[in-house]
Parts: sequence; structure tokens; C-alpha cells
Amino acid sequence: MTSELDIFVGNTTLIDEDVYRLWLDGYSVTDAVALRVRSGILEQTGATAAVLQSDTMDHYRTFHMLERLLHAPPKLLHQLIFQIPPSRQALLIERYYAFDEAFVREVLGKKLSKGTKKDLDDISTKTGITLKSCRRQFDNFKRVFKVVEEMRGSLVDNIQQHFLLSDRLARDYAAIVFFANNRFETGKKKLQYLSFGDFAFCAELMIQNWTLGADLKELKVLVADKDLLDLHKSLVCTALRGKLGVFSEMEANFKNLSRGLVNVAAKLTHNKDVRDLFVDLVEKFVEPCRSDHWPLSDVRFFLNQYSASVHSLDGFRHQALWDRYMGTLRGCLLRLYHD
Amino acid sequence: MPGKLKVKIVAGRHLPVMDRASDLTDAFVEVKFGNTTFKTDVYLKSLNPQWNSEWFKFEVDDEDLQDEPLQITVLDHDTYSANDAIGKVYIDIDPLLYSEAATVISGWFPIYDTIHGIRGEINVVVKVDLFNDLNRFRQSSCGVKFFCTTSIPKCYRAVIIHGFVEELVVNEDPEYQWIDRIRTPRASNEARQRLISLMSGELQRKIGLKVLEMRGNAVVGYLQCFDLEGESGLVVRAIGTACTLDKLSSPAAFLPACNSPSKEMKEIPFNEDPNPNTHSSGPSTPLKNQTYSFSPSKSYSRQSSSSDTDLSLTPKTAPYPQGPRIYLCPSSPSLSCGSLHLKKSCLLLSESSLTPHHSSLVSPVLRKSVSFSEELFLAASGMGSGSAGKEGGPFKALLRQQTQSALEQREFPFFTLTAFPPGFLVHVGGVVSARSVKLLDRIHNPDEPETRDAWWAEIRQEIKSHAKALGCHAVVGYSESTSICEEVCILSASGTAAVLNPRFLQDGTVEGCLEQRLEENLPTRCGFCHIPYDELNMPFPAHLTYCYNCRKQKVPDVLFTTIDLPTDATVIGKGCLIQARLCRLKKKAQAEANATAISNLLPFMEYEVHTQLMNKLKLKGMNALFGLRIQITVGENMLMGLASATGVYLAALPTPGGIQIAGKTPNDGSYEQHISHMQKKINDTIAKNKELYEINPPEISEEIIGSPIPEPRQRSRLLRSQSESSDEVTELDLSHGKKDAFVLEIDDTDAMEDVHSLLTDVPPPSGFYSCNTEIMPGINNWTSEIQMFTSVRVIRLSSLNLTNQALNKNFNDLCENLLKSLYFKLRSMIPCCLCHVNFTVSLPEDELIQVTVTAVAITFDKNQALQTTKTPVEKSLQRASTDNEELLQFPLELCSDSLPSHPFPPAKEHLESASSNSGIPAAQRAMTVEKASPVGDGNFRNRSAPPCANSTVGVVKMTPLSFIPGAKITKYLGIINMFFIRETTSLREEGGVSGFLHAFIAEVFAMVRAHVAALGGNAVVSYIMKQCVFMENPNKNQAQCLINVSGDAVVFVRESDLEVVSSQQPTTNCQSSCTEGEVTT
Repeated sequence: MTSELDIFVGNTTLIDEDVYRLWLDGYSVTDAVALRVRSGILEQTGATAAVLQSDTMDHYRTFHMLERLLHAPPKLLHQLIFQIPPSRQALLIERYYAFDEAFVREVLGKKLSKGTKKDLDDISTKTGITLKSCRRQFDNFKRVFKVVEEMRGSLVDNIQQHFLLSDRLARDYAAIVFFANNRFETGKKKLQYLSFGDFAFCAELMIQNWTLGADLKELKVLVADKDLLDLHKSLVCTALRGKLGVFSEMEANFKNLSRGLVNVAAKLTHNKDVRDLFVDLVEKFVEPCRSDHWPLSDVRFFLNQYSASVHSLDGFRHQALWDRYMGTLRGCLLRLYHD
Repeated sequence: MPGKLKVKIVAGRHLPVMDRASDLTDAFVEVKFGNTTFKTDVYLKSLNPQWNSEWFKFEVDDEDLQDEPLQITVLDHDTYSANDAIGKVYIDIDPLLYSEAATVISGWFPIYDTIHGIRGEINVVVKVDLFNDLNRFRQSSCGVKFFCTTSIPKCYRAVIIHGFVEELVVNEDPEYQWIDRIRTPRASNEARQRLISLMSGELQRKIGLKVLEMRGNAVVGYLQCFDLEGESGLVVRAIGTACTLDKLSSPAAFLPACNSPSKEMKEIPFNEDPNPNTHSSGPSTPLKNQTYSFSPSKSYSRQSSSSDTDLSLTPKTAPYPQGPRIYLCPSSPSLSCGSLHLKKSCLLLSESSLTPHHSSLVSPVLRKSVSFSEELFLAASGMGSGSAGKEGGPFKALLRQQTQSALEQREFPFFTLTAFPPGFLVHVGGVVSARSVKLLDRIHNPDEPETRDAWWAEIRQEIKSHAKALGCHAVVGYSESTSICEEVCILSASGTAAVLNPRFLQDGTVEGCLEQRLEENLPTRCGFCHIPYDELNMPFPAHLTYCYNCRKQKVPDVLFTTIDLPTDATVIGKGCLIQARLCRLKKKAQAEANATAISNLLPFMEYEVHTQLMNKLKLKGMNALFGLRIQITVGENMLMGLASATGVYLAALPTPGGIQIAGKTPNDGSYEQHISHMQKKINDTIAKNKELYEINPPEISEEIIGSPIPEPRQRSRLLRSQSESSDEVTELDLSHGKKDAFVLEIDDTDAMEDVHSLLTDVPPPSGFYSCNTEIMPGINNWTSEIQMFTSVRVIRLSSLNLTNQALNKNFNDLCENLLKSLYFKLRSMIPCCLCHVNFTVSLPEDELIQVTVTAVAITFDKNQALQTTKTPVEKSLQRASTDNEELLQFPLELCSDSLPSHPFPPAKEHLESASSNSGIPAAQRAMTVEKASPVGDGNFRNRSAPPCANSTVGVVKMTPLSFIPGAKITKYLGIINMFFIRETTSLREEGGVSGFLHAFIAEVFAMVRAHVAALGGNAVVSYIMKQCVFMENPNKNQAQCLINVSGDAVVFVRESDLEVVSSQQPTTNCQSSCTEGEVTT
């Protein structure tokens, strides 16, 4: 006796959260059944393995049918085929678009193209995430990217409107889109210590405060003009003397640090060089400070003073631009400054 | 009463991409009714076209309005090649044809294609203006209401229950026409869908005419089925119960005023008597008919022909109005040109050809059909031959003379109802059933469609005589079904023989009823259990005792019925689903030999099914079955029997004895040990079941009253000797012969298997109950969470092990596993009850068994004490109606008892009602969506404000029950009767057979919901999937499925909402107020 056909269709579509997770994680029906058995569900419910198999198949089929709609979440809300309570619809969408930290770190800043898709095999092996799940996550990134790429208005709002994601998740996607668009390098070995959260934090600050085309070259004068640089240094040193544990190191390094920070600004005007932003920040600022064992509080003191002191430089006329630049950069650097 | 049909095409959405180059579609819409077609403009390059068309107006006869569906086709415009069809929507406009139902159909409909399934949606508005027409000799029956519900609908009162109406229409199946060889599968499917839709409309109209003739205004318990006879054609048949219903004026604020001027137009004399002249206008009728020219659009139905057997439904002396007779005419194309002479002669012809029906003896020679009919019926405690008790007891007969006279005028005193107004049901005799095996033959000549009618008439006649044998003059809970395999067809009919109170059946006025009511006492709660037959002349051997409730009348030891448990019956403990399952191998044979083989097997199957039911009932410690439905399915090489019923312990009936096992070889020691072991197991099971179902009958009463029980064994023996019959089947003693009914004799391995199988049925896991009736005895504190579902399983038998035993085991496992799966899937709803569990079995191929189950899971509140008393509010509601109404109207108890009682609404209940408005079942809502995903809560909505977050699809509930727990049905919007075909030539790509059928059933649900929503409703009650015919050809990567569903579209209002509105105005859920807004205006 073999089951040729075995289905269950409810007027309200049954969604089993646990099975949904297994499906999203890319497990085959067989693996999913095995995992469910291991969870002790048979003992809890007194069901048989055959019942579990049939149930899992049913849910997988439902998810498979829903997947097409999940690609355009507003469709899920308006479709008539599956009657799903709103809270469940939200759960389906949110979980479908959720991603693994390990995965996103691998593709963050990469071009969301076919080439990268081919690398998914390697990523799957490296991260232990099933290839199926990697594909889903990658396709999600790509889909969101494609939809909002050319859109005007707030990136987060656009994502929320077209994918009905929670605020948190929409922000994450905004970061992913932002990184993919600017192709920021995040994979270098020296950047490995940074989490997706670190990058997303920076992305959000940058999205909010920075606009393209600002003439950041004007800031270069701060390091190019030797008098201005010396004056800036003395202002900072005067203000921080006795307040900084690593004062001498700071004093010795000031010009290098300042050059690094200002040069980053200059590089941002060249699209090609933009992708090195995080590499530069880590190389030119985070690493030197870290090697001198600056505590985070000292970094904060320094950065505050460093950006504030510029107001006292009479010869410098781009105060507003500087504030916008440094305000964001300070936020990013403080976030990036950890082990 | 011609009318104007107006249609507006508003917009489309989610259309499929039809132009690969642009990834867009140039869509336009064709709107077709009859032979008239309108088109919208082409909306270029969009998947969400906004046509916003003008009003397309069709001026049509109401006859066409009733028969024809509105057909909307969405196409993709192509300049150079033929336009590609995207899909279609068929809209049944019948609900717009009677008052009190829907006034407009407006909403999003899924665009359906038989090959691709649902492909986007279209927004349509449909209205009908009916013009009053004084011509009483019309062919339409606009205004007659139809209900699938097998009880008097909740917001109505039955003035008169007239009785049985039936009709059938025959046609060629387009799938088997020669043209099918050259047309595409899509064209063929669409031809079939359209034909069945037309035939259904025609059938409904004709039934409506019969109802009008009986001076009724509604059909309740309407059941329409189609028989796919293959080569020999397609039969659509329907039965129902004609009633005169009166709308109850409800205090609910939500009720729309029914007398808005726009509605007046189509107001039909609903409650006033139709002019009696209709009946006496005999000769002039045909003439008047001539004025009714057929519109050319009728050409389709012209092909179909139909017949009538129920002339005697009206008193035989009254000339039958000739209106519908015209349909008996030979369907020659020349008819459509409307020649006066031809029509007239036809009418005469048809009249004369009808006469044989009165005798209900149609010569089979004409049809060359072989008929094997078995006279079988199940009765109270056993089966017997129907002829034994025909004389009946003169004493009882006298008592019932009055009733008899009311019913005798009817050819078939049958009622498709399963629940009745209080006092309607006087006594119940037992189940009566009849089956007959027929050979199908191509309907060569559509002029001779009477064969099918004659077959059914024969069976009904049998049922009637069985009922008589049980001392009953009526049959309630009546239903008919067929099973077809190749050219063999088994026709089945069954019902419950009953004695009815005549006052509901006569055209007496309400005053008359009132008088009668004063004269006689209301029947006691145990009245229906009392035997209607004469105990000295019983039709079959039965053990009689004095009623355990009143101690005055005799009752049988076991009662089987096809009806729902009467609401006033006293039940001890809870009920449970009981199934008997059986397979019998049969040699493959042709034609007559095959039919003979089947007829020979049938009685044995009936016997075994009955024995299994009886044993399982005893094993549960119960003494009565309700909702019994026995399905016999015929396949190429086997017969399957599946009986489902709900077992209960009726307080009025005696405690069932246990099951005794007796060995045949009592000298064998080890054997005896085995027997005693088995006996112990059985006894343990009975004890466990009694505990599980809380069956603790009071035992004291016996001692107090003494033992009035007559010696049953002696009596039954006496009776058996008296029973004599000329029927072939008398030798088959269905009353368990000389054995005590409770003794199982184990004389061979087969019997051993039987006993084993008794013990293999696993009870549902704790927190689960199941029944196949409307309500579960012993549970009445339902909460509002419901989940209707359909589950289908097909198993392939390995042809090697085809023995009866192996088959039985396979079938049993199939059903048990299916139930287990259901319990597992619905575990989040515990404590919960599966209600109206409806199993159907079919044998699509040699080695395939298909089981389809539809049921509804309803949660109940375990913690709340059982509430049998009504809350004061409800009581006063009932008081509001006048006394005599209270007597006649259907009890509201069903609905009110099932409510969680309001005096103690814990916080949980408030949540629940709120959640149910937004369609979130409480349990599911209770689960917290992850913090990271607040999409569901208001916070998200406000923040992100997705453009259409508030216009999400409204929730439409579906249930096979006639009520919705915790809610009041305020309006019936009309009948939903839909037929779909889905076919695929890429089965693998669609996820195999399971993927294909899963998607299709989901689509069918969606289309039903969309139609209900467009009518302004928010639920379907009495929903039933009448047919699910699945065929596959995996080698060709093909599959096809036909599904037929029906139900009543309704508007319901949550009880909690009613209270909220009356006490405090604001803070009603947005969604619910939206749906209701539509309704009230």
C-alpha cells in the first residue's frame, strides 16, 4: 500500500512555524522529518512517523505555493487563494526575508549578480548554511535591490512599502542595498572582525546624513595647509591635555590620523575609491589607535575634540560641510572601534 | 417577468504576463450572457488594467436569468494573431433574482482557466432589474429561495413544510462528443463547465416551478448532484423539501429593511398565497405558453431534456399547469424557431407520455436495461424484509389516521431535512434504504429521458414501502446517491422512517395550529424514540423495553437514524464518530454478468456493514446512531462499503449489553484461553470508552420502577416465525439469526479478523472529539474558532495481495491514518471537535482507492461549565415572538446554546471576539510574532503604511454546519453551487498529483469565498463538496479533476458584536464594520 496522493487544504491556511523554519533553512522533507522526530514531537502528540511525513509534505507544498507570492509581499495581502490571518501573513513575510548573519557578511558589498550567485556553493560550504537557504537569501537581496534601486525617496520607506517588512528588517535591507550599490569592500581580512550590525549601523548613518556630490575635496585644505594642520593639532592638544590616557600617543600620531580621516573624505568623491572606505577607516584610524591601546572613551574624546576644534580655525570656511562629514564619520568610527 | 441584467467591468489585477517581449499584457474583457456579447476596450500594457467600463445591459427573460450563467472572459489582445484567453469567471446571478437576498454582486473574482488555474483577479459589478409581470403561466420560478441547509434556516420560520421535490435533467457529456477529438482540452472543459452550469440553472428553475405549484416559496435541504455516466451521458439531478417560509423579524440592528423601493421591483408574492387559479386554468395554459417565445440563447438547453415523476406531488385531481411541460418536447432544432403547431403537438404528446408514471411501472423492455434491486433496509435493531409488517397495527394506524391523510396525497412523503421544528417529529422507526444496480445505456434519444426517472421512482417506491412496514408514513433525512463504474451504476436512497405531526404539513393557518397545540401536549423528550410500529406485529425481531425516560411507551434497544440528534433529546455523555469499513473483491465482468455479480454481493455487504456498526456501537457503550450514511462504491474489481454515523447514548433507550465472544470449538483449551483473553480486551475497551465518553447512566431508576422489560428473546423468536415475505432476500436473515445480537461467534479466521479489527480503531487523542452530525452531543460551549478543511488521500494497492482481508486492512488503515493525520494537524485547536466529518470513497482505477474528507474543527471551552440553560437575553428574544410562532419556529437553541455564555466573559473572550473579527483564530493570534516583526500590530501599519494594508481581503468562513458558533446569521444571500474542471499536461512540474490537487482545492475554496464576498456575505454554511473526481495519467504527465461544491452564502454577526454595538458605539473592528457596512446598505 503506497500513498499516491495525500493532501490537506484548510479554509484558513495552516502554517506551522517550526516547519516553516525548516523549509526556510533549506532542509529536504526527509531531513525536516528527521529533525522534527528529534524534537520529540512524536512523544508529545502520539503521532506516527508516517503522520509526520504527510504533515511535513503538506506544509512544504503550501510554502512552495506561497513562495511565488512572497516574492512580492503586497500580492500575498491581496491574493484570494490562501486565506491567512494578517498576523500570520506578517510572520511569513518577515521570516522569509530574514537572513543569516554569517551569510550576509559573505555577500555584503558584493555585486548582486550571477557571478556572485555562483559563489554561493562556497559560501554554503563555508558557513554551513544549506545552498537552498543561501539562494533564497541571495535572491531576496537581489530582488529588493532591483525594486528599490531606481526609486526616489527614503530607501527604508520604499523597502517597507514594497516588501512590507518590519522596521528593523527594512533598515537592514536598506544597508544591504546601500552596500551593494556602493560596492563597499567588507571581505578583507582586516575587516573580518566587523559584524553585519557594525556595517548596517554605518550604512544608516551614511544614508541619513550624506548625499552624493558634496564637494568633500574642500576639506583637504585641513591637511594640505601646514599652518592649518598645526593650528588644528594645537587646539586639540590644548583641549585634551590631561584628559586623555593616551595623550602622548595621540600627539605623536595626530598628523597621521588627521591625514587619514581627511583623505577618506577626498576619496569619497571618486566612485572607484569609495569601495575602500571601510578598509581606509580601519587602516588609517582604527588600527593605529588600537595598536596604541586607546580606550574607547579616549577615542570618543579625541573625535569630539578633533571635529569641534575646526570651528576655531578661522581660515577654514567649510564648517557646515565638515560637521556633516565628521558627524557621521565619528559615529561610524566609534562603532567600528572594537576588537 | 423579464429583466435587465447590467454588468460593469471595473478593473483587473495580478494578471499573468502574456507578452514575453514587454513582460506585460494588453487585456480586454468579453461579457457574455446568452448569445449576446459585449467587449471592453483593450487596456494596453498593464498587469493591473483599469477598464472602468460602461454598464453593459442585457435584456432577457427571467427564464434565461435563471438558467444562464454570466460569462466573463479576460483576453490578451493580439494584433496579428488570435487573441489569447487568460481565463474566465462564471457568475451565477440567481441570488439577485429573489428578494431578501443580495441586491448587487460586486467584488474581485479570481480569473480561472481550466489549464492554468487562477490567473489574476477581476473586479465586476452585476445588477438585475426585474419587471413585474402578471403572466402567471411563466416558465421561470424567480423568487423561490433555495437553501442547502437541511433544517429550517435560522432567520426563518416554517409555516408549512410541503414535502419532496425532485427533478433531473439529462444531456450528452461534451467530453464524449465527436467534436471533443478535435477541440482543445480547454475548450472541452469549458464546454462541460458551461453545460453543467446551464443544466443546474434549468434544474433549479424547474424545481422552483414545482414549489410554486405546491404553493411554497422555498426549497430547504436542496441537494443537487451530477452523474458522469460517461458515454451514456450526463445527468444532473436534485432533491429538496418544499416549504413555505416566513422571515422572522429579528431585533438585530444589523438587519436591513427589506422594503427599500428598489427591492420592491423584484418582490415576489412571497408570503401571500399564489393565486389558486393557477391550478384550475388547465386548458388555457398551453395557449398562454405560446406567447412565451424562447430566446435564441436557449439553443443550448434545447438539447437537454428532462422528465418528471412527481405529478402526484400536487393533489392528483388538480390539473397540472403545463408550463414546464414544454421541456419534455423532442429537442429538435426546429423548435427554436418557435413554430406554434409543433409546440402544441408536443405538449399533447408529452402529456400522454406521462401517464405511465402514475403507476410508476415503466417497462424496462424499452430501455433494454437490466435492473437488479435489492430490498433491504436497516431498522431499529436489525434488518428485516420490508414486507412483513405491512398490515401494521390497526390501533396505531387509527391514531395516525389524520397524519396519514395529509401525507397520503403525496407520492413520496419524503423530507430531505435532518433537523426539525420542535414537535414535528413524533416517532422514529429506523433507517430505510434501497439500492438498485442498473446498466447504463447511451441516451440515444433525448425524447426518452424517463428511464433515469423511472429508476429513481422505483427506488423511492421501495423506500416508501419500507417505511410503511415500519409503521411510518414518512421518511425524513432522505438522500439519494449513485456510484458509477463504466456501464454499471448503483443507485442508492436512504432515510429514516418516521411519524410526523400533521399540523406542519397541512395548508392550515397558524390559528389552526395554535388550537391544536392547546389540545395536545407537546411530545415528551423521549417521544421520538418510541416505536411507531405495532409491538405485536413487528416487522423484524427486536428487543423492546419500556422507555427509560417516561416508562409508558415501548422503545427498541438500539436506534439507527439518518437525521441529526433532535435538540430536545436527552443524551448521556458525549457522542463519537463510528465508522464501518468494508471491501469485497469482485471478478471483473461485463455488462449483465457484472451487474448480477454486484447485486449478489450487495446484501452481504449491507449485512456486514450493519454488523460492524452494531458491534462498534456496543464497544463504545452507546445505543443509538445518528446521521448514518452508508456509501457503497463500485469499482472494476471490488466493492467498497463505508458507513459513518455518530454514536450516542440516548437516555430513553436501555443500556446496551456487552459483546460476548463464543468459540465454536469449546473443547480446545488454548483456544478457550485465547477467547477469554479477547473477551477481556473487549470488556476493557467498553469500560474505557464509557469513561472516555462520560457515559454514566443513572442505574437507580430500574430498581425503583421494577423491571417492566418483557422477555425479548421469546418475543423475537415468535415474530421471526411470523415474518414471511416473497422477497428474494428473506433468506438473508439480517437480524443476526437465532443468536443473541451481542454474541460474536468465532468459527474461522475471518471472524477472528473481524474481532481484531474492532479493537484496532484508535480513539482520538485526548482533547479531540469527532462526529458526523451538526452538533456534538455533550458539547455546547463552542468558542468561535473554526477551521473547515478538505483532505484527500489516494492509495495504490499492490495487486499481489488482493484478498478480502488484505483489502479490508488497507482500507481500514487508510481511514484510520487519515483521521490520525487530521488530529495531528489540528492539534493547536485542542480542545476541539471535528464536526460533520464527511467521508467519501471512490475507486478511480483498478488498484486505487480514493478517500475524501470534509469536516470542520471547532474549538470549545473546556473550563466553562456546560451551559444548557439559556441566558436571559436569549430567552427574551424568543419570547418576543408570539407564542404560536415560538412553537413553530425552529429552535434557536442550536445557535444560542453553542455560544459561550455571556454572563461570565473572561478577558480571554474579549480577545477572542476581537481576533475573530480580523480573522485571526485565537490560538494563532496568541502566538507572539517575533519582536522583530511587528507587521501585524498597529505600530507597523502606522509607520510604514503600506498602500493597501487596510484593504486586505475580507475573511469568509466556510463550514459544513448550518450555523456559525458564537454568531447569528442575519441574512441568507443565496445558494452557491459551483462546478470546476482543472486539467494539466505538466503534472510533474505542478508538484505531482498532490501538488496539482492541493492547488486546485485551494483555488476552489478561493472562488467560493470570492463569490460569497461579492454577494456581500462573510460565510458559507452547509458547505459540501459533492464531488471530487480525480483522474491521472502519470505516464502522459497528465491529470484531470472535477469538483462540485455547494452551500448557502450568509451574513453573520458575532454575538459579541451585537452586544458591543448595543451598549457602546465606538471601537468596533475596522474590518468587521467594513463587511457589515456593505450588508446594511
